[in-house]
Amino acid sequence: MASFKPTKVQFLPKLGEKVTEDTLYWKNYKSPVQIKEFGAVTKIDFSPLAPHNYAVTASTRIHVYGLHSQEPIRSFTRFRDTAYGGSFRGDGKLLVAGSEEGLIRLFDICGRVALRQFTGHSKAVHVTSFLSDGFRVVSGSDDLTCRVWDVPSAVELSSITEHTDYIRALAPSKLNPDLFVTGSYDHTVKVFDMRSGSSVMTMQHGHPVECVLLYPSEALLVSTGGRYVKIWDLLKGGQELVSLKNHHKTVTCACLSSVGNKLLTGSLDRHVKVYNSSYKVVHNFDCDASILSMAVAPDDEVVAVGMTNGVLSVRHRKHKKDKETLTSRRRRGPSYRVFVKGKNFVPRQDDFLVSKPVKQYLRKYDKQLKSFEVSKALDTALQMWTRTSKPEVTVAVIIELNRRGTLKNALAGRNEESLTKILNFLLKHIFDPRFSRPLLTVGDIVLDLYRQVLHQSPVVERQLQRLMEVLGREAELQQELLQVLGILDTLFASLTPRKEVAALAALPVDQGPQLQAA
Amino acid sequence: SLDGKYKVQRHGLFVLCTSGDSVKVYSTRTEEWLHSLQGHTNQVTGIALNPANHLQVYSCSADGTVKLWDFIDGILIKTFIIGYPLFAIYVSEKHEGIVFLHIGFQLVAVHLPKSAEQEVEAKELSAVSSHISPNPSCTAFGREGQYIAFARNLQLNVYFFRKQKTYSFSLKATDKKGAKNAFTCIACHPTDDCIATGHEDGKIRLWRNFIHKKEYTYSTQHWHHNAVNTLCFTPEGTNLLSGGIESVLVQWQYGTGNRKEFLPRLGGSILHVSASSDGQLFCTSHSDNKITVIESSFKVCGVIQGLVKDAVLTDLMIDPRSKALVLNGKPGHLQFYSLLRDKHLYNLDIVQQEYIYEAGLDQFEVVKAAFDIKGYWLATVEERGQKSADLEFFLKLWSYDERTQSFVLNTTITAAHTDRIISMCFSSSEETTMLVTIAEDGQFKAWCQGVDADTKQDQNFWSCDFVGSYHNLKPTNCSFSADSSLLAVSFQEVITIWSPDTWELLTTLCQPPGVIRDLCFGRLSCSKYLISTTTRNLLCCWNLLTCAFLMDSFSGLYTVFVFKPNEPRPLFTHKNVCSEKIHRAVFVPREEPLNNCDESSQWLNRSQLYFLTQNMLVIDDSVAVTPFYLLLGKHRQQQQKLNTPSHQAADRPQQPQGSVTITELLHTPAHVLPPASVLCSMFVSSLLISNTGEMESSEQEMNSEKEEEDSEGEMEACDSQQELRVQGSVDEVTPKLSKAQERELKRVRKTDFSWMAGLIASKP
Repeated sequence: MASFKPTKVQFLPKLGEKVTEDTLYWKNYKSPVQIKEFGAVTKIDFSPLAPHNYAVTASTRIHVYGLHSQEPIRSFTRFRDTAYGGSFRGDGKLLVAGSEEGLIRLFDICGRVALRQFTGHSKAVHVTSFLSDGFRVVSGSDDLTCRVWDVPSAVELSSITEHTDYIRALAPSKLNPDLFVTGSYDHTVKVFDMRSGSSVMTMQHGHPVECVLLYPSEALLVSTGGRYVKIWDLLKGGQELVSLKNHHKTVTCACLSSVGNKLLTGSLDRHVKVYNSSYKVVHNFDCDASILSMAVAPDDEVVAVGMTNGVLSVRHRKHKKDKETLTSRRRRGPSYRVFVKGKNFVPRQDDFLVSKPVKQYLRKYDKQLKSFEVSKALDTALQMWTRTSKPEVTVAVIIELNRRGTLKNALAGRNEESLTKILNFLLKHIFDPRFSRPLLTVGDIVLDLYRQVLHQSPVVERQLQRLMEVLGREAELQQELLQVLGILDTLFASLTPRKEVAALAALPVDQGPQLQAA
Repeated sequence: SLDGKYKVQRHGLFVLCTSGDSVKVYSTRTEEWLHSLQGHTNQVTGIALNPANHLQVYSCSADGTVKLWDFIDGILIKTFIIGYPLFAIYVSEKHEGIVFLHIGFQLVAVHLPKSAEQEVEAKELSAVSSHISPNPSCTAFGREGQYIAFARNLQLNVYFFRKQKTYSFSLKATDKKGAKNAFTCIACHPTDDCIATGHEDGKIRLWRNFIHKKEYTYSTQHWHHNAVNTLCFTPEGTNLLSGGIESVLVQWQYGTGNRKEFLPRLGGSILHVSASSDGQLFCTSHSDNKITVIESSFKVCGVIQGLVKDAVLTDLMIDPRSKALVLNGKPGHLQFYSLLRDKHLYNLDIVQQEYIYEAGLDQFEVVKAAFDIKGYWLATVEERGQKSADLEFFLKLWSYDERTQSFVLNTTITAAHTDRIISMCFSSSEETTMLVTIAEDGQFKAWCQGVDADTKQDQNFWSCDFVGSYHNLKPTNCSFSADSSLLAVSFQEVITIWSPDTWELLTTLCQPPGVIRDLCFGRLSCSKYLISTTTRNLLCCWNLLTCAFLMDSFSGLYTVFVFKPNEPRPLFTHKNVCSEKIHRAVFVPREEPLNNCDESSQWLNRSQLYFLTQNMLVIDDSVAVTPFYLLLGKHRQQQQKLNTPSHQAADRPQQPQGSVTITELLHTPAHVLPPASVLCSMFVSSLLISNTGEMESSEQEMNSEKEEEDSEGEMEACDSQQELRVQGSVDEVTPKLSKAQERELKRVRKTDFSWMAGLIASKP
């Protein structure tokens, strides 16, 4: 005698992203802390020194935050107009910032008043930075010039006018104090050598350059602009390595994680994307507004993102001990000893073994199905917890009832309340391509059964009305998608060389529209 | 193959069941087949234990005889010749020396004459009733054989032997709820005047007081939702057992109203229930060729499973690992059946869903299955809703688990195609396994154990590798070449050849008109040939090296043709293999290859050909019989556990060619030969007849040269002649010899083997 075979619940694999180590790593951040600034956050820079405070440039102020503080430790407010590009010196003791009025100010991290002021730019200075020797400051301005300043004497050392549009991106070399890279709205990225006083390399990005970034080895250069992120190989004379197009709006900032040098890019489309070493997107952070600036703390402890709406969003990394405190709070089940009790008993040689039949444990709906109580089984499957958190179980029971030919019996004879439950379930899941087929059958049967009495209940009538609307919309959508598919087919057909056989893509075609529709 | 009725012996040691033209005896303890009682020449229709001697059993058959057997030793005691086809047998303790037989529509009491002879003609027939139901379970003896109850349609009749009167009670055609009241089975209480009847609508009625015609009463009990197939009282009369299509054995307590016990999910609908005479064991037989032995405590203690052969949708396949025959078994299962041992090995649950035993319910059935060449992978397709519009089907892939020695589900593909899968095949190469499915949506898909694009790691599940189609034509079949370098897919009348490595269409082969049905690549030395059959009875053969085309047309009913791929003429033709339509056929590898040098049967050296017809599995061993088989046919037949209930196919002899016979006899090592005493007489007698056989064989060879149609008549004639001859030789009935032949025989006996050498030389 065979035992009862329980209802089989089909678990379909989730399409889309696969869980990799990178995904797990980047998922391991707490929910973001939101700090409100006075205006759009244009620049975030982490101090290279141990507490790793970070300077946030927004509106007319530069705030310095501690890694875990939500209040600024220090703020520099002596700007008459908007401040730009606050960045630390290599020893973390000095801070330089440009401003809308063209002045460049140099601050001591402990002081309040500017130590030096570099005047000379005629227009706003958006980017400033120390060269790696720490004695010179380089700045890029909207007056098309790029100037280098001497810190001790506060005089201009040189001025280079090679760009033909605003300079909005700057990256000094950390290995060579005479090298720096600039990016401009004239679509070019230039590498300057202070020793020759002119550019030594020019790369055509093709879009206004918003940000440039050098890899620590300084063999690779990242430039962002437009929707593109481009990686250049400097050792090969500025050859383009990859061109990435993963954002659908202008990419405004890029930075490197300190663990494994993963590239992160932020864009006006409100996403931060994390790439792996082969430049595939492995993770995605969503933000509330367009992203202007971003920085990652050493050891990837903090990811700070600045947005146009003046919100600084700070994500802290989760640590093991945090998790432990969470789990320890949970009630612990019976100990291991309870389960293995008596299991490891070794019978002696002359013992007579009587084996106990293994009891088959069935779920409640299976028990009811076993005794052919179809309506009760459906009720069980439609219970709140099941239908919300495990709709596939509910659908599996519906499919099983349909297979047994008793779905109609199970749906019949219901009152308004239980009918509403079923209709709600339909409304929620009827477009899910996994469930739509059995649920459409359910809808048909419900209509057949209750057609006569529908008008008696306004609630049910309203729900059916909604169901009709939703289905109409879905049908329209499907039709449009089919049209698009048709267009695509003609395009593909014209592209592929004439062949006798139409070799289609390996992906099952019919699933495409349904999934997108869902 | 177990069918029909069975009885459990008094101490519950044996189960007897009818099986074709024999009665099989099984042990209830070990579930082993002990022996079969063979002797009837037609279907055995009923068996009944001899009430006077519990070690004997009566069997009746459609060949018009009743035989009395000692079933423990398997000895035939007596044969009573009745002369009419018999449909059922009933016996009662009270009527000693009388058996009640079901002849035509009549129930007839037959006095069995007491005589010492083996074969007796029983002449004393007296009709009891002239209108009884053809269903043998609609007749039963009442308490102590005082009356016999039989039902037909809506009428229950009780015949009292003492009064010699028949009382009849009838029910209305339908009651108010529209249920059907027709009788389906009857059982009488052994100690009480009570008759239990089962009905079409699942009701059980208990009739009482029927001794007085007017005052009869009945009570109704209803549990079965479909017709009650069988009823049986336990010997003490305390319980009533009933069974039907639901496959639930119900035990009703007699006299307590509605108290009952259930034994569900026995498998297959229950056809018969019987109890052993001490009441300790029950037996149920099921529609899926199975007998379940149940203890009186309502626990299953044994299962005797035969080959399940109703609704075979898959092809007959051979599991490359166990060499077992694989086909549809229980609903939703594949059965593995060892042909060598004639034993059911195990069932593999494919559908993994609760099967609902209900008439007319559309449930998942395994429709396609395929093994890869090593037997490591199994692909199955299960389908539901063939009749209705919404077809559901799943493609499942199973991998062989060494530890559990069984197949384990690896991948389930829910929407493999948008329409029904027609056929599938595995690639035959050793390194990579690939599955190709073709479906009615006009596409063929290749599936393989994919490599993940991101991680570059081998996945252990299957995914789609390629989708192809050809001018939106519906594909009809597919086949891989022996080295898996080519894939042939036939689309209606066109064969397309693809390269599975690059998925490039290499060439198309256009057929003569007619949709292609089957497609097959040659193996080994013939791997350059591609063979296809069309709906217009054409066998087409392509040489793929030159793309040249060979064609042959043939026709014939129930005929086996054997071809060599490079010759248009059939190598061998065998007409009328069996009397029924052949559904499927399969080659089964032999355990050890035969060493047969005869050209016409060489192709069967390594394997045997099995056919599946409507009712039975037929082995076509006949075409492979060696001279030894002819000589030792009788000995072999007893040793070989043949699966065929009736060995109808074994009629056609091997074409006797004297010289081959002799060479084979002389070249066979002496230690494998049977004792010379057995061999000698048969050898000599075979030599005697071989002269006539020789003539026939030459005649047949001539015929095969001619066209099929005009030779048909002659072929039949010669076939029948040969049949006669074979029967003669197998049964060792010495033919009457003419004087000339006698003289020749004497000469043969006198001459020594040096003369034989001359004979070999003289015969080509």
